[in-house]
Amino acid sequence: MEAYIYDTIRTVRGKGNKKGALNTITPTYLSTLCLKEIRRRNDLDPTLVDDVILGCVTQVMDQGSNIAKTAAIKSGYGDHLCGVTLNRFCGSGLESINQAAAYVKSGFSELLLAGGVESMSRVKMGSDGGALFLDPSVALPGHIVPQGISADLIASKWGYTRNDLDAFATESHRRAVVAESEGRFNSRISVVDINGVVVLERDENIRPGTSVEGLSGLQPSFQMMGEMAGFDAVAIGKYPEVEFINHVHHAGNSSAIVDGAAIALVGNKIAGEKMGIKPRAKIVSIAIYGTDPTIMLTGIGPATLKALGKVGMKPSDIDLFEINEAFAAVVLRAMEHIGIEQDIVNVNGGAIAMGHPLGATGAMLVGTVLDELERRDLSTGCITLCIGGGMGIATIIERV
Amino acid sequence: MIKNKILSYDVDNDGIALITINMEDHPTNLFSEDFMKAYFDITAKAIADDTVKGVIVASGRRMFMAGADLKMLEKPIEDPEVFFNHAMELHKRMRHIETSGKPFVAVINGHALGGGLEVCLACHGRIAVNSSRIKIGFPEIKVGLLPGGGGTAKAPYLMGLQNAMTYILQGVEARPDKAKKDGLIDVLVDTPEELIPAAKKWIAEHPSPVQPWDNPKHKIPGGGLFTPSGAQVMMGATGNVQKITHGNYPAAQYILSVIHDGIQVRIDRALEIEARYFTKAIMSKEAKNMIRTGFIAIQEARKGKAKPAGYDPYKIQSIGMIGAGMMGAGIAYVSAKAGIQVVLKDISIEGAERGKDYSRKLVQKRISRERMTQEKADELLDRIHTTIDPTAVKDVDMIIEAVFENPDLKAKVTQETEAVLGEDKIFGSNTSTIPITLLAKASKRPENFIGIHFFSPVDKMPLVEIIVGEKTNDRTISGAIDYVVKIGKIPIVVNDSRGFFTSRTFGTYCAEGGLMLEEGVPAAMIENVAKAKGMPVGPLAVTDEVSLTLGMMVYESDPSPDKDPDMTRFYELEKKLVKEYGREGKKNGKGYYDYPKGGKKRLWPELSKIFSSDVNTLDKETVGKRLLHRMALETFRCYEEGVLRTTRDGDIGSILGFGFPIYTGGALSYIDYIGAAKFVAECKDLEQCFGSRFAPSDALRRLAQSGQSIHDFKLG
Repeated sequence: MEAYIYDTIRTVRGKGNKKGALNTITPTYLSTLCLKEIRRRNDLDPTLVDDVILGCVTQVMDQGSNIAKTAAIKSGYGDHLCGVTLNRFCGSGLESINQAAAYVKSGFSELLLAGGVESMSRVKMGSDGGALFLDPSVALPGHIVPQGISADLIASKWGYTRNDLDAFATESHRRAVVAESEGRFNSRISVVDINGVVVLERDENIRPGTSVEGLSGLQPSFQMMGEMAGFDAVAIGKYPEVEFINHVHHAGNSSAIVDGAAIALVGNKIAGEKMGIKPRAKIVSIAIYGTDPTIMLTGIGPATLKALGKVGMKPSDIDLFEINEAFAAVVLRAMEHIGIEQDIVNVNGGAIAMGHPLGATGAMLVGTVLDELERRDLSTGCITLCIGGGMGIATIIERV
Repeated sequence: MIKNKILSYDVDNDGIALITINMEDHPTNLFSEDFMKAYFDITAKAIADDTVKGVIVASGRRMFMAGADLKMLEKPIEDPEVFFNHAMELHKRMRHIETSGKPFVAVINGHALGGGLEVCLACHGRIAVNSSRIKIGFPEIKVGLLPGGGGTAKAPYLMGLQNAMTYILQGVEARPDKAKKDGLIDVLVDTPEELIPAAKKWIAEHPSPVQPWDNPKHKIPGGGLFTPSGAQVMMGATGNVQKITHGNYPAAQYILSVIHDGIQVRIDRALEIEARYFTKAIMSKEAKNMIRTGFIAIQEARKGKAKPAGYDPYKIQSIGMIGAGMMGAGIAYVSAKAGIQVVLKDISIEGAERGKDYSRKLVQKRISRERMTQEKADELLDRIHTTIDPTAVKDVDMIIEAVFENPDLKAKVTQETEAVLGEDKIFGSNTSTIPITLLAKASKRPENFIGIHFFSPVDKMPLVEIIVGEKTNDRTISGAIDYVVKIGKIPIVVNDSRGFFTSRTFGTYCAEGGLMLEEGVPAAMIENVAKAKGMPVGPLAVTDEVSLTLGMMVYESDPSPDKDPDMTRFYELEKKLVKEYGREGKKNGKGYYDYPKGGKKRLWPELSKIFSSDVNTLDKETVGKRLLHRMALETFRCYEEGVLRTTRDGDIGSILGFGFPIYTGGALSYIDYIGAAKFVAECKDLEQCFGSRFAPSDALRRLAQSGQSIHDFKLG
C-alpha cells in the first residue's frame, strides 16, 4: 500500500515577536485556518478523514492541552475528527506527515490530516521547561548545550567562517525575494482575521537587499552564553580537538523566530478515489537518525542517506532538497555530508529568510518543495531537518 | 541543669532554655555521632517540657561548630540502605525541632560551617555576631560531599536558587553580614554579649514560628525552578559545573540534582532526595579520596607528621637567605611573615634590595586589601636584613641557598657560608634539578646538608619538597620539617634522585604531551583532554611556561649514559621547535602557543602542519590515559625506588606540586582509583602501542594481584 500526499497548505509566517503580524492570532486559529482551507480547496467530505496529527514543540499555554484535538473541534469537520499532538522538536511537522504515511501504509488508516503549528510570538520557546536542559542528571553527563552553541561548534569543527555563513544567509534571502516576486508559493495562504480582513499576506521576515556587508555588523548571539555559562567548555569537553568555539552565528544567519501553521492531506489510493482527486506526490521513504546530543544538529546527513538507502536511491536521484536552515553552518555541513551542491538546495530560500515556526516547519517544507517540483516539472524531493537532543529526520517524496 | 561532655542545658526563670554545646574531648565542636545523640536527646526534652517557652542553641567554644567529624565520614560504608536510613533519622530529628511549634534560636558566636550551619538551619531563628573573623557556609564540596543535614534542600528557600547553588557549589564561607544579606542569618549583633538578649527578644516576637519550607505562602527568593529566571539559573549552573568539574566531581552534580528534584516537592520528600544523593556522594571514590588525601593527609603533613621520631623542635629564629632572586625573595617573604629574622644576601646590595622589594610589594597589596595593618607590615619588613657580606649569616639558625642552578657556584656559596656558620646549623639548598648528594660534596658537614625545594610563586604554592642526600641525617630532616611547618607550608620528604619526585614526574607529563603532538594528535586535543581529566594546565601550555629551552637544558645537564629513549625523543622535539622555528616558550612569546599582546594565547597554527595533526590519530580516552597513567607510573617508580618514602607523600606532592587532580586522591591513589588490576592491564596495552615507559613493574603487578590498596601494600 502506498501513502500519497493529496494536498498541502501552509500559512504565511509572521515575525515571532510582540510586534509580529500574527501575534494577535492564536495557534489554534492558525491551525484551523489550514484545516478549513485544505477542505475548501479540495471540496473535501470531512467524514472521510478521522484524525489530525499536529507537531508542536512548546506545548504549554495556548499550545497546551492537545492543540490538535482543540483545532479539530474548532475546525467544523465534526465531532468524529480526532487529534493528536506530537513533539519531535524541530522535526515535529515532518514527523506528523511521516506518521500519517505510516498509518496509511500499514492500512490502519485511509486518510489523515498531518502538519504542525507554532506561535512563537505567543508561546515562548523553552517555556515548557523539561528535563533535557534543566535536570542536572541529564544535562551534565550528556554535555547538553544550547543549540546555538552546537551550531557554533559545527562551524568551529569544520572551519566555516563568519563570511561563509553570512554569504549563505544572504543567498537565502535573495532566493526568497525572487520566489516571492514570482509568486512561486502555490500552497501558501494569507492569514485573515475573524472578519475576513487580511492580517498578513506575505512571509514577514524576508528582507530584500540583505547583504554580507549588512550582516557583518551583527553581534554573535551565543558568545555570552558560551563564555559566561560555561557552555563553550562543555562543548569542548566532548570535542577536545576544537581549541576554542568560534562564535559565528547571529540573528541574521540563524533561522528566524516566526509564527505559522501547515497541514497536509495524506491518504491511500482508495481515499483519493473516494475524494475524487488525484494525489500530488507519493511518500517514498522516511528515516530518523540519532547523534551525539552535544553537537546535536548533524543528524541531517545520516538521516538523509538512511532514507535514500532504504529504497536504493542515491543523493543524485533527488531533484530538489529542502534542508531546514536552523543555522547556516548546519546546512553547509549537511550538504558536505550528503555530497550535494547548493543549487538544488532550498532553491526558494529557507528558514533564515522566512523563519522556522518550530512545530510547523517540517510540514511547510513538504509543501514548498512540492510546489517547486511542480513548477519546474521535476520528480523527486527530499525534506530534512536537524532536531534538538541530537536527531535528524528525512522524507523523500516523488510526484505522481 | 544538665551537663555532659557534649553540652549543658539549663532553663531560665523566664522559661527559655539554653543549650550550650561544648565538646570537651574535641579541639572544637564537631558534628559527630556523639553530638547528634546528645543534642537531639536534649532538644526532645525541651520540646516535651511544657514549661519551656523557647530554646537558645549556643556554643561554649570559640567556634559555633566547625563542621562534620571527617574521621567519622571516612569510615567505609557497606550498605547504602543503612546509611540512607541514618541520614533520614537525622532529618527526622531536625524536623521534630522545626515542627515543634516552639521557637529555637541559634546564636552564632564563631564559625558555623557545614553540619554546624545545618544545626542552625534547623532552628527557626539565627542570630550572629557581626565579626569579620566569623565564617558561615557549606564547605562540604571541598571533600567531595554535599550538605547532608538538610542544608542542600533547605538553602534555596532562604537564599534563592542562585545563591544557594553558589554557596554550596563553591563552598563559600561568608562573613555574617554577607550571610545576612543573602538570607542565612536573621539578626546581627555587635558583640557576643548581645546574643542571648537578642535571642530572647526574637523568641518573644516569634512565639510559634514556622520554617519557610513549611509555609505555603513563602516565596523562593528570585523565583522557583520553572520560572524564566529559575530555568536560566539552573541551565547556567549545569554549564558552569560541567566546565569546572568536567564530570570528575560527582558531588557537584548531586548538589544541583537535590535542588532540582527537591524544590518541586514538599520538604520532607526533598530531604529523602537529599539523603539519597548524600549516600551516593559519601560512598563515592572521589569523596573518599578527597577526605583521605585532601583533608586528613594534608592536615597531618602540615603539622609535621613526616618528622623522624625523637628529635626536639629545631630552633628557627633566623635564617640566612643566600640569593635574592625570584625564589630567594619569595622565601625571605614567607619566612619573615612567620616571624623569622631573615638575612637576605646577594652579590650586590641593589640585588638584595630588589629581593626585599618583593616583600614590600606584597605587604602593600595586603594593606590595600585590609588583610594587614601598617604596623604588622613594618615589623615584617624590619625582619628582612639585606646584605652583601657573606659573614653576616654567621649567627643564623639555618641557611637556605637559592643562587643560580650551577653546581660550581653553589659549591662556592656552600664553602663560603659554612666557614662562618655554626657547626650544628642546617644548610638547605633550594635547587630544583641538581642532586643534593652532588651538592653536598662541597660541604664539610654533609649530614647537615639538605634540599628544601620551594615552588614558584613561593608565597602562593603550599608545598615544599624536602630532599634527603646520601649523608643527610635525621636531625637535619626533622629540623627542615620544623622550618617548613613554621612557615605554614606543607612538607613532603623524598630521597635524592635526579629531578627528585615532583620535577621528575611532572617532566613525564610535559614529555608525553609533546610526544603525542609529534605523533599527530592535534595540540588542542592534548590540552583539552588534560584539562578534562582535571589537570589545571595542559602539558603544552605548562611546557611553554617553564620554556622549551629549560627542558633542553635539564636534559643536557643530565650526565647519565643511558638516557630514556622517549625523553631523548622529547628533547629532539623541543630542539627542533627551538632551533628550527624559534619556539622557545612563553618567555619569547613563541612556544607551542602564540602570545599576542593583550590577547588570549592561541595554539600556534603551524603545529598542525609540522606534525600533520589528525583528529583520528588517537581517541580521547587514550590521550587521557597517556597523560595520567604515565604520571602515576612514574610516581610508583619513585615509590619503588625509595625516592618517595610514603604513599601519602606521593599523593600530596602530586596534588600540591603539579596539580594532579584531587578527585583521584593523588598520583598513587590514582592506581586504586582506576583499580590496580585494570591499571596494570591498561599499562600493558599502552606499553604495546607506545613503548616501554608504560611497562608495569613487577611490584606493580604484585600489587594488582594482591587486591590490596596501594596504601596497605608492602613493597619488599
